Amino acid sequence: MTLKKNVEALRQKKAIVEKGGGDKAIEKQVAMGKLPARERILALLDPDSFHEYDLFVEHEERNFGMDNKALPGDGVITGTGTINGAPICIYAQDFTVMGGSLGLKHARKITKIMDHALKMKIPCIGINDSGGARIQEGIGALAGYGEIFYRNTMASGVIPQISVILGPCAGGAVYSPALTDFVFVVENISKMFITGPNVIETVLGEKISQENLGGARVHAEITGNAHFYALSEKECFEQIKTLVSLIPHSNEEKAARIEPKKPRFKKKIENIIPSDPKQPYDVRDVISALADDSKFLEVHELWAPNIVVGFGRMNGETVGFVANQPLYLAGVLDCDASDKAARFIRFCDAFNIPIITLEDMPGYLPGVDQEHAGVIRHGAKVLYAYSEATVPKMTVILRKAYGGGYIAMNSRHLGADFMFAWPGAEIAVMGPEGAANIIFRKEIMEAEDEDAMRQQKVKEYIEKFANPYVAASKGYIDAVIEPQETRELLLHALEVSKNKDDHRPAKKHGIPPF
Amino acid sequence: MSENKIKNGEQDAKSEELIDFAVTARKYKTLLTTKYKERKPWVNPNPYDIQSSIPGTIIKILVKEKQIVKEGEPILILEAMKMQNRIEMPFTARIKKINVSEGEKIPKEFLMIELAPADEK
Repeated sequence: MTLKKNVEALRQKKAIVEKGGGDKAIEKQVAMGKLPARERILALLDPDSFHEYDLFVEHEERNFGMDNKALPGDGVITGTGTINGAPICIYAQDFTVMGGSLGLKHARKITKIMDHALKMKIPCIGINDSGGARIQEGIGALAGYGEIFYRNTMASGVIPQISVILGPCAGGAVYSPALTDFVFVVENISKMFITGPNVIETVLGEKISQENLGGARVHAEITGNAHFYALSEKECFEQIKTLVSLIPHSNEEKAARIEPKKPRFKKKIENIIPSDPKQPYDVRDVISALADDSKFLEVHELWAPNIVVGFGRMNGETVGFVANQPLYLAGVLDCDASDKAARFIRFCDAFNIPIITLEDMPGYLPGVDQEHAGVIRHGAKVLYAYSEATVPKMTVILRKAYGGGYIAMNSRHLGADFMFAWPGAEIAVMGPEGAANIIFRKEIMEAEDEDAMRQQKVKEYIEKFANPYVAASKGYIDAVIEPQETRELLLHALEVSKNKDDHRPAKKHGIPPF
Repeated sequence: MSENKIKNGEQDAKSEELIDFAVTARKYKTLLTTKYKERKPWVNPNPYDIQSSIPGTIIKILVKEKQIVKEGEPILILEAMKMQNRIEMPFTARIKKINVSEGEKIPKEFLMIELAPADEK
């Protein structure tokens, strides 16, 4: 029968191309501790859910002996599938095929699946493992990158875009991940840089390893280019699955609701925070005490740990938490923490995720390096992001809220829908010591015992001003609450905010201090 | 961090790791980040130090030690990123010490030449 023969021929054809670079190249890939591209997709997606397209796409390069070179799938696998039932588009670069190098057809396979994701309004996941531009294709490779970046930008804020760095990703290639919403890296496997160690050594004479220049840890802890860091590909895929379960398919939807569970966290919330404002604690404990099932997916865990951001659920629905972290740098805002918070807030706003802000911060990080790095411009991003956001926004002031930090952390003045404060909250223009030193300068200097007078004046200031009641008397705080009421009140606030309808002046786009 | 990790309030920072960290008038007990520890402390620039503003190679040295050079005169050619940069005298002064030689590759902020006031011996 002809049809049977045809099917047999198809199967043979597929089997050849699906081998990618062949057994030897796959062996090499595995020896590097990496999964082959196809196995990565299968490990990430629901069983039997992956469907591949453009398997038979071939490159059209005729120069440099490329005319008689067959590149299976042109070095990239593209298709659709599901993660925990949620539909997604996916592509994975295949390092076994000419080093996963990007030529025009390779890029066009990627842009095709991206266009599909944007049209179908479903997330797009890219697995990067490529030596870079296919030099033989010259400008064709550059055109390919540009077409990908353009689509990353068009899709930004419409569908979630996820980049997984499972190999080298160097030169122009890094800019696609940089334009996407979340970047995942794996220890010893991910390498990202604009100019590699060789160029740096030739041009500058500086010797540095790939790992120290742009390894997983560097991007997770120092540069902030990576949002999630894992020790193995398997752990990385688990992180992606969790993330996908917490975010919506597109900006027209909400993240899927699940059956709510009470927090499992045992310690009482009122006992987490030391009453001495100088003593630290881990603000993630407060999140654990508030979030459903005490589950929290932290974004940017290692970078700028002085602020904590991530996703949890309240009453089964996804919320974004933004919390100052007194455990690191006393919880100050600095350049990195501002960038981290602002980006996260904008993601939540774009994808209809309410934002809960937990505030306990002494102000901005002092230092020449911070001022010269542009903490003004970076800090302004937080103000911009909070003010711009139209999703439900609620703040709980746990302890300190001083000065510019008070304004920045989703204050009433930036459009917070609900402002709660614990009774010990200190809402003031600055810390009591500093304020007393300025206001009562004369009395302190003229006193016989300066220290005693200073202490007395600090005490007076704390009693009169460093509390939540001054702000509450002006309506800037909606309710001073008991710590154990916090979760119930937040659940209620979320419940009554469901139909929130807030508008911004019509404009092409704002001009945030990028 | 895995989504399921619950610490139940166990303090993960050992109290001896906590340091006093001053933000305005008050000192807070807290931990430092790697990046904060590795930051470069600010040093006031010395106008008599001629430092490289970019890493590169010294192509030519146009002055000698002890020589008095007028403001604006070229003193060095530093090649960086395939461009030959002419380094000029910021003000009239004496060349006190030359710390580089022709052909030498230098990093950024390398003290290439030390100056002294023109009237100083």
